[in-house]
Amino acid sequence: MTAGASDAGHEHAERQPGSGGPGSDAPGSGGPGQAERRPRVRFGVEDLVVAYHGRTAVAGVTLEVAPGEVAGMVGGDGAGKTTVLRALAGAVRPASGTVRRPPARRIGYVSAGPGVYRDLTVDENLAFAGAAYGLRGSALSERAGRLLDRTGLAGARDRLGGQLSGGMRQKLALAMAMLHEPRLLVLDEPTTGVDPVSRAELWRLVAHAAATGAAVVVATSYLDEAERTGSVLVLDQGRPLVAGTPEAVVAGIPGAVLDAPARPDRGTAWRRGARWRVWSPDGSTVPGASPVAPDLEDAVIVAALAARERAARDKEVAA
Amino acid sequence: MTLVRVTEVTHRFGSLTAVERVSLAVEPGEVVGLLGANGAGKTTLIRCILGLLRPTSGEVRLFGRAPSRETRARLGYVPQGLGLYDDLTVTENLAFSARAFGAAPAGRGAAPPGSADTDLDRDVAAVAGEQVGDLPLGLRRRVAFAAALAHRPDLLVLDEPTSGVDPLGRAHLWDTIRAAAEAGAGALVTTHYMSEAEQCDRLVVLAGGRVAAQGTMAAIMGDASTVRVATPRWEDAFVALEEAGLPVALVGRSLRVPGTDRARVAGALRASGVQAELDLVPATFEETFVALAAGAAA
Repeated sequence: MTAGASDAGHEHAERQPGSGGPGSDAPGSGGPGQAERRPRVRFGVEDLVVAYHGRTAVAGVTLEVAPGEVAGMVGGDGAGKTTVLRALAGAVRPASGTVRRPPARRIGYVSAGPGVYRDLTVDENLAFAGAAYGLRGSALSERAGRLLDRTGLAGARDRLGGQLSGGMRQKLALAMAMLHEPRLLVLDEPTTGVDPVSRAELWRLVAHAAATGAAVVVATSYLDEAERTGSVLVLDQGRPLVAGTPEAVVAGIPGAVLDAPARPDRGTAWRRGARWRVWSPDGSTVPGASPVAPDLEDAVIVAALAARERAARDKEVAA
Repeated sequence: MTLVRVTEVTHRFGSLTAVERVSLAVEPGEVVGLLGANGAGKTTLIRCILGLLRPTSGEVRLFGRAPSRETRARLGYVPQGLGLYDDLTVTENLAFSARAFGAAPAGRGAAPPGSADTDLDRDVAAVAGEQVGDLPLGLRRRVAFAAALAHRPDLLVLDEPTSGVDPLGRAHLWDTIRAAAEAGAGALVTTHYMSEAEQCDRLVVLAGGRVAAQGTMAAIMGDASTVRVATPRWEDAFVALEEAGLPVALVGRSLRVPGTDRARVAGALRASGVQAELDLVPATFEETFVALAAGAAA
């Protein structure tokens, strides 16, 4: 757990033009003169803006993660999750904003999609990933052996990547990214297409990485997965929708969320199974509906609805 | 009339038994979730119901008769890959699927005005001229729904219908499914996502080709419990429990150990000298599901 503090001098903090000016210092960048008792390196992005071919992909995104923490990033297809992760890992240059990350050789990255070489065996995939980080010989075989045991892939060492089930393939991709014991682990939808049994195993690997000192950022489109993380950032169309611990996000819902057996005459409502959820922005009661303890899914839907209403109002004002 | 009745269906591929003596039914107005890990037999069972595979033994009845071309016309199917042509426009895709089902609606009557169906029609009409491949996933899924619903089918078969979609988009898709059910259609939803399972009226859990559990989510969960571990040193507790071979999970900054008793957790922590507070809390549905799937594999 102390891995982060000792070599803080090697952190990369990049500030891109446009984010300068007073008051925009990166958090945790306290110089030697500052009275900070426990200097704890935090990785992340602040006020991140990324544009592709002049078109803004993400803007105003801030995400922080410390060693030993798992941060979740949620959003649907096209919300900008991959762009934020790529900027954090140093694979894309931000238009503006600050990125704090360890040196490239201390980052582990699992991209969305297969992530393993189909024509190489499990062993060969690991050796290939190890070589990229200068790992070979006994150091490689010892770490690879431990990860193979932990992932349950030890019996499949000679199988080709292309012959593995979705869950096994994702576990191999994660093992490849963890081989060099990265300080920052960046995972882009590692559980997509993976069934719940393998999903539990993948999350156990992620938790193990955090327990042994890595900072982990996981993108997912599933809120039940986000509910397991220490902090969550919800993205919508490239903009932050809501952020905080899952409990804080739920507690921060403006007004009240109600439950009703049928669609009420007024209020914004959506289905939850055979019943309806109703959002009352000012917390007032709605006939036929009773208060309910909301969850993260309710909180994100309310935040998305509120954002849509704001956008519609802004358009009206502009017109 | 029962829409789908599967009775004691077994399907073997050579020596492999993919589905073994499975029975289930879908009634009008009902949304039934078919859950299972990979290899549990979901896909084989769906293929038997669609009439693409003939069961080795047992019987499948669709709308009271054997699956055929005729029953196919009363059915709307949205596969995981959506089954749309990316390089055709939305209108072209809808015309293509309409022709595949014949011009006249085969199932229920026209959509009532102001229903979720008309919401769907409006959203899809707004992108009528666009190529499907250019649309975001949430909208692509809505187009696939529109194609599957256009002939007013009596039964919807949906494979992970909201996978990859944001929560608001997911709520819209479920609105469409629920509206079809309220108008009298039945829906069979295959999924391994708990957020989708939660939307169903009833669940059938497959594990190892057999029905491991069946009923409402609350009934399947029963009174299963999980040990919750609270400690300022969660990292040490996690490693200790993992080394003891327990299925520990990290949730926020606390740990959960499903499918075991408090004494085993306490013993493992004591052996590693980790102080922690233990609580017995109700298991989540996902924890219950994983235990059912693991039980079948053992």
